[in-house]
Amino acid sequence: MLSALASRLNLLKQLRQGNFGDAVFKILAYFFGLFLLFITLFIMYQLLFQGVPAIREFGIGFLWSTEFDPVQQQFGALQFIQGTLVTAFISMLLAAPIGIGIAAFLVEIAPERVNRIVGFLVEMLAAIPSVVYGLWGIFVLAPFLRTYVEPWLIPVVGWIPGFEGPFRGYSVFTASLVLTIMILPTVAAISRNVLQAVPRDQREAMLALGSTRWEMFSKAVMPYAKGGVIGALALALGRAAGETMAVTIIIGNARRVFTSVFDQGATIASVIAGNFTDASGGVYISSLFLLGFVLFILTLSINVVARLLIRATSTGPTNPTGGF
Amino acid sequence: MAAGQLESGATASDRRRKLMDKFMTGVAYFFTFIAIAVLVWVIAYVIIRGISVWSPAFFTENTALFGDGGGIYNAMYGTFVIVLMAIAIGVPMGIMAGIYLAEFGDNRLGDFVRFIADTMAGIPSIAVGLFMYGLLILIMGWNAFAGACALAILMLPVVARTTEGIIRLVPGEIREASLALGLPQWKTMLRVVLPTAAAGIITGAFLAVARAAGETAPLIFTILGSNFFNSNPMEGAMAAVSLYVYQASSSPYQAVQEAGWGAALVLLLFVLGLNFIARAIAFTQKQN
Repeated sequence: MLSALASRLNLLKQLRQGNFGDAVFKILAYFFGLFLLFITLFIMYQLLFQGVPAIREFGIGFLWSTEFDPVQQQFGALQFIQGTLVTAFISMLLAAPIGIGIAAFLVEIAPERVNRIVGFLVEMLAAIPSVVYGLWGIFVLAPFLRTYVEPWLIPVVGWIPGFEGPFRGYSVFTASLVLTIMILPTVAAISRNVLQAVPRDQREAMLALGSTRWEMFSKAVMPYAKGGVIGALALALGRAAGETMAVTIIIGNARRVFTSVFDQGATIASVIAGNFTDASGGVYISSLFLLGFVLFILTLSINVVARLLIRATSTGPTNPTGGF
Repeated sequence: MAAGQLESGATASDRRRKLMDKFMTGVAYFFTFIAIAVLVWVIAYVIIRGISVWSPAFFTENTALFGDGGGIYNAMYGTFVIVLMAIAIGVPMGIMAGIYLAEFGDNRLGDFVRFIADTMAGIPSIAVGLFMYGLLILIMGWNAFAGACALAILMLPVVARTTEGIIRLVPGEIREASLALGLPQWKTMLRVVLPTAAAGIITGAFLAVARAAGETAPLIFTILGSNFFNSNPMEGAMAAVSLYVYQASSSPYQAVQEAGWGAALVLLLFVLGLNFIARAIAFTQKQN
């Protein structure tokens, strides 16, 4: 096995030629390259391995149980999966038009200099640490929403199922808004790259037919860029699902199923972060690890789909950070 | 010209189309304005609240999560040590992985590693924190080294992919000239390619460090947080600025919350500063 690998890499030939340095160089490069694969698998294995006691105790039913009772040592994941998916989808739906709008502004409207400055500012939005957004969300945005937004929002949407009940500042809704801000740069940056990759001919042909800029964008540019933009949205969805600190601070950490977005809730990430240091007893900790494994698989699958979509549509190297 | 012709033959449908165009342009402006307004709102608020807490004592006293707040001396030390260790571990490994991708990665295995690196950049940091807890903390107890390892893992894919991109930009002639002079591949890489690509690699490293410095989730599971000064990164709980902001945000004490704003400002300036430096390096490089 090892010798087969060595011959595959031309190592023995290099050693015979006395090219010792290059052989070592190649081995080191391969080692650290493959380390990326190894560490990803190892993280997955470790989360699952530490979750084994919880699997033994609750079996696959862990996924659709809504119990979370440290006293009785009963744990389930459903309400946290609900919280994760609801916050992630709300924030993606809100970030989609805004992010694509920014990308369209940068590519189709703004002159070069404005483009650079606005691009930089949006990038700064991504640089602010999650925990700072959390602090701002709980002490600034939540009171702001309660004072200025609730009075007119509740009469408008309060009758719709999912938006009923009292408006709380620390809620699924507020957490989703902060997540929207946090994933906005991802949507904007990658959409911009995708839009820029649309060939000029596409635009010029449409303009030559006498179309307006909006008609050009909606009929000739967006259809062409659709796959990549959807990929950007999927990537943002994955980021929102895995986001921890801001959500933990704002969402209120109510460990039950919620029926209104104005109620308090919890996501997988927030329940792990919020309860870890209090967790005592093997099954409690193990359940949090198992939740971590569920989150890992969830975000990994979303990311794989997103990357495949982006790779298929955008040209040039994609930046893993989604930066400009 | 074109607009004038349209005007002369303007029908109701033309006017509607032009109105729609204006409206959607306005929407794009408006959305861009929202993003910038939020950015200004967050940063300005943190600066105003944070500055009012800053005092000499704030930077020389240890954190106090109960009662009157205290300073962030031990937390700044913690962040400094953890970030330095994370750089020492993560940056060289990331650069090596980037070299692998650029030099030996033009095959199916390389494509797979590249794909994993991209998806890994999207893995929640909390998963990496849990991983480190299971791997090191259960054996060693709370320690800053494990926290630094977690941050290093988060830096890896970013450093690797930027390094790969930059190395690929180095002109083939430079490399070929070195190889033609009889230098082996590793010396060409070390003495010719890497120095040429240095500015870009450093930019990538700075961005990765900026991201890691603001990370909080992995630290909950590794360094725990502490109100005391602990200089030993291999043993015992430690404080960090980001972790302190989190803990202060859930404190019932007004004074501790205030101290949290002061710490948030320190963190914000640190992270934005690293970002600025990274851009500045990239910009001056582009000018040359």
